[in-house]
Amino acid sequence: MGTGLGVGTAVLYLSLIVLIPLAAVVWRAGGQGIGYVWQAIRTPDSWAALELTLVASVIVALVNVVMGTVIAWVLVRDRFPGKAIVDMLIDLPFALPTIVAGLVLLALYGANSPLHVNLAYSEAGVVVALLFVTLPFVVRTVQPVLLELDRDMEQAAYSLGAGQWVTFRRIILPNLAPAMLSGAGLAFTRSIAEFGSTVLISGNIPFKTQVAAVNVAGRIESDNLTGAAAVSTALLLVAFVVLIMLDLVQRWAGRRD
Amino acid sequence: MTRYLLRALALVYLLFLLVIPVGLIVWRTFADGMGPVIDALTSDEALHAFQVTLIVAVWAVALNTVFGVGTAVLLVRRRFPGKRLLSALIDLPVAVSPVIVGLALILVYGRFAPVGGWLERNGIQVIFSVPGMVLATVFVSLPLVVRAVVPVLEELGDEQERAAHTLGASPLQTFRRITIPGIQWALAYGIVLCLARALGEYGAVAVVSGRIVGETQTLTLFVEESFQNFDQTSAFAAATALALIAVVTLLIAKLLRPKGT
Repeated sequence: MGTGLGVGTAVLYLSLIVLIPLAAVVWRAGGQGIGYVWQAIRTPDSWAALELTLVASVIVALVNVVMGTVIAWVLVRDRFPGKAIVDMLIDLPFALPTIVAGLVLLALYGANSPLHVNLAYSEAGVVVALLFVTLPFVVRTVQPVLLELDRDMEQAAYSLGAGQWVTFRRIILPNLAPAMLSGAGLAFTRSIAEFGSTVLISGNIPFKTQVAAVNVAGRIESDNLTGAAAVSTALLLVAFVVLIMLDLVQRWAGRRD
Repeated sequence: MTRYLLRALALVYLLFLLVIPVGLIVWRTFADGMGPVIDALTSDEALHAFQVTLIVAVWAVALNTVFGVGTAVLLVRRRFPGKRLLSALIDLPVAVSPVIVGLALILVYGRFAPVGGWLERNGIQVIFSVPGMVLATVFVSLPLVVRAVVPVLEELGDEQERAAHTLGASPLQTFRRITIPGIQWALAYGIVLCLARALGEYGAVAVVSGRIVGETQTLTLFVEESFQNFDQTSAFAAATALALIAVVTLLIAKLLRPKGT
């Protein structure tokens, strides 16, 4: 009795705030037929925005795989003064509001850059903003795996004459791969959805630096809700596919253990 | 050798992506002393933005805390059909772009939508007003309390709750005296994360609020508007205030974080 009432309330809450509104997005786009959705996505400005978003997100995922793993490695295996502070800093991009993230990056990489590196209104600026907000994903998925990793195998490899690189590639990397992949996947899905951090640094120039989320926002502002719903559906679909693939990777890795 | 190379690589990356940019904003904010910062943060517009932010955040956190604790108890302690589906759906908001959150709410609660139209005829305006901003904030911060409480509740087990029940405690007494004290730190952790997310939300709120200065403008929207209007002092001051909230959140979360996670 109590369970039924509780589940009912939870489902109602979730439905009113999340499920029905999201269904309304897909419904609004799909109601016009697949042909309409495709046409809306193929509108030159939306297509350019989607293209930039996907390319930038792939770059961001790749950079994160490398740098996130390096940072996790340093945090687990290295020892130096101030490590605890560095470890805490990793979570800052999650805690910092995205609009502040954009503003902060503009201070170093904007028109008044003390480094004389001006990335404002450029595609590179978009990538830097996405790198900032996705920093914690790979670090925080790889770190616990690295902590748990049994070092006996590494010692064995060394004692059998394997060098550092061979040991890393043959012993450590296969163990880290699932975590690296899922971290990269999360960074990718976050990147394709990102809005706030790119708003200030990208300048939102259509056909150049406008990302998909900003394109959707533009359509909402010009009262083209159906077009906005079509581009949104495309983004949701990509995120959904990536998340399902991540789930498969996790299961596959779980079975291998 | 490799060790120092990797350390240098990691630290330089963090320095240029994170530390210098954040430090630079703080430094520029206080470049002319405290006076301009205080003036910027106590202008009518800023104070109002701060007030709106707090109202929206408190509502969203309160709603998500009640939902979060209730759902966590259901997921861990009860058995019902569709449990795995419910658990998966709770994580859904993480994968949705804030802009799509805004669009989704407009399509249901906007003036020209069936539900929104009906509500408006009965005197409740959701979109371009505070209720819509609360809904958007609830949406984006929905999983945080549930996900903080579930693992602790699982680890706690239900022996003590069963014992209390056997000794004649009512379900409410058991919940108040046994369950809540057991999960209090995890709950506090979840609430802190939820509050930080609520105070800092930008995209979803930007879409549903209509950005009406002096009415529906939150602190994050104030940062953007000030910056676009070349009022750097206000933008930097508000951004630094928000960054300070973020750092304090991190420190509190670090203290509260359940051990081993």
